[in-house]
Amino acid sequence: MTTTIPNRISTLFEQRNKRLLNVYFTAGFPHLDDTRMVLRGLQDAGVDLVEIGMPYSDPVADGETIQQSNGVALENGMSIKTLFAQLAGCREEITVPILLMGYVNPVLQYGVENFCRMCRQVGVDGVILPDLPLDLFLAEYAPIFREYGILNVHLITPQTTDARIRFIDQESDGFIYMVSSASITGSVKGISDGMRAYFERIEAMNLRNPRLIGFGISDQETFNTASQHANGAIVGSAFIRHLQDHGTSAESIRSFVQTIRP
Amino acid sequence: MQDILDTQTSFAVSDTGFYGRFGGAFIPEMLYPNVEELRQNYLSIIADPSFQAEFWQLLEDYVGRPTPLFLAKRLSAKKGATIYLKREDLCHTGAHKVNNTIGQILVAQRLGKKRIVAETGAGQHGVATATVCALMGLECIVYMGAIDMERQKPNVDRMRMLGATVIPAKSGSQTLKDATNEAMRHWINNPVDTHYIIGSVVGPHPYPDMVARFQSVISQEVRQQLLAKTGRENPDYMVACVGGGSNAAGAFFHFLHEPSVRLVAAEAAGMGVSSGHSAATTALGKPGVLHGSRTILMQTDDGQVTEPYSISAGLDYPGIGPLHAHLFDSGRGDFYAITDEEALAAGFELSKLEGIIPALETAHALAALDKMSLKANDVVVVCLSGRGDKDLSTYSKHL
Ligand SMILES: Cc1ncc(COP(=O)(O)O)c(C=O)c1O
Repeated sequence: MTTTIPNRISTLFEQRNKRLLNVYFTAGFPHLDDTRMVLRGLQDAGVDLVEIGMPYSDPVADGETIQQSNGVALENGMSIKTLFAQLAGCREEITVPILLMGYVNPVLQYGVENFCRMCRQVGVDGVILPDLPLDLFLAEYAPIFREYGILNVHLITPQTTDARIRFIDQESDGFIYMVSSASITGSVKGISDGMRAYFERIEAMNLRNPRLIGFGISDQETFNTASQHANGAIVGSAFIRHLQDHGTSAESIRSFVQTIRP
Repeated sequence: MQDILDTQTSFAVSDTGFYGRFGGAFIPEMLYPNVEELRQNYLSIIADPSFQAEFWQLLEDYVGRPTPLFLAKRLSAKKGATIYLKREDLCHTGAHKVNNTIGQILVAQRLGKKRIVAETGAGQHGVATATVCALMGLECIVYMGAIDMERQKPNVDRMRMLGATVIPAKSGSQTLKDATNEAMRHWINNPVDTHYIIGSVVGPHPYPDMVARFQSVISQEVRQQLLAKTGRENPDYMVACVGGGSNAAGAFFHFLHEPSVRLVAAEAAGMGVSSGHSAATTALGKPGVLHGSRTILMQTDDGQVTEPYSISAGLDYPGIGPLHAHLFDSGRGDFYAITDEEALAAGFELSKLEGIIPALETAHALAALDKMSLKANDVVVVCLSGRGDKDLSTYSKHL
């Protein structure tokens, strides 16, 4: 699937394709109104893409850290509706590509078409919905996403077969999200030889889409390793922990980003 | 188009795992290889003669099948119809759950899996899983909500005695849905050597279909037994409780395409459908995605899963299997919401009338008899899904 509407994600990868840093945070965490401050802080600290988590009661692909941040955000009253309200007007100051990451049920309840329309309206460029597999996405929702120019980013894992990777590559645009190991978020530490072998295998496939590696990227060393084998990396749990411990100030966010990519 | 038409009139699962508009496999890519491996192999494994031989032998010699179909005369007299009880409570481990775990452990072995993970609410499925793991010598890990571990302590001890590791699910509301989340996360983290034995007709395709097939022994036996006893294969009503819906799916299976058989499902209304403390999914839920399938689930307007409540831990689940969502949606099934109080009364009634103490889950099915307009010549089969030993502490508070 290719979209005709220009998209900040595609534009970014056309301009730069090395050592890109994508940082995840949960909307409405630690406080309901922190979303914009964290978004601005990340942009000011120089990250290349931002992934905003839409909190969900049952995030099965996430480990403890992100689960807890989802729980806190929900208790704070976070919802998709509130998130769009918070993001309204953000494009006056925010130029980094924005992805929304979350689970499919809240999006279904919001209405897929309404959701895509609002993404377009507030300036969201893409989404990541891990429990909406490619096959079901193509069968039911791809035309709506295409109409509004919203990219849907798909995951691959070390267990994904070559044939399926080819299929995902063919049906993706934006980038491919390479899950570094068979795991939920926040559960892997460091990069093993097995992971490196998987990175090399995918590298050798010469996919048409750029790749970002996520899960287990938490410091400069893991970021560097991932960047050697892909176009960059995604940091999630480590940043959530940092926000928890050091707060959401521009200073705090800048110092975190420095530890990943000085 | 043909596919859509077929699945609307048929209650069998479609190739892509749908019952009408419900079902499918809404899973993260991390689970895709495991679920796909299962999907590609389950039908051929089940059809294999060696599987068939071992499955039926174990159901007979280990589980104690066929379970009796018992004419409950005093209950019949009281309710004004002919009522048979399908005695799944007499299965080894005390409930129908073991029909499924026997089937799935044999599948897991044939897929070369070394370890089993499962979720449990009341602990019945956990016990049934720990049992078959002990039988086959496989490692067993059971996730159970931390709160459920307290309220179902005897079953925790049983699982441990059977050699299983019971891990408290401490996320979210610390009950069945969270135990299911944790079991799924465990499977994501251990994709190669582990099989996930889901305990009901829920989860991504092919689980709902696979579990329904293993439980279908219930209606298969009912047909034969009813024919032998009454000269007719089909009852007028088949009644079962629905948590996720596995005993109901098994009880309904061979009657799904027999329109003369009304399929009756009893859901847990808890303290009342509109009390805010309920698990009556079809009454309170809306279509959405839960644990890998599109189904009907209890949720907020924002699509967050709501915490259900029932006196019975086995019915304390915010969704139902996609087959049941389709039975409800299409009008093929009659769904009744039974309160804690009504279930307790039905449990005491059966105990005194027939000398059978039913599980609290099962008591919901029995209570549905009072909501149906039964006629004198109606033949009703109630799936007596489990025995009440595990619920004595709850019952005893109401003696
Ligand atoms: C005796 C009994 N009946 C029914 C259920 C509900 O499960 P299902 O709806 O899958 O049959 C349980 C679950 O623990 C149970 O133990």
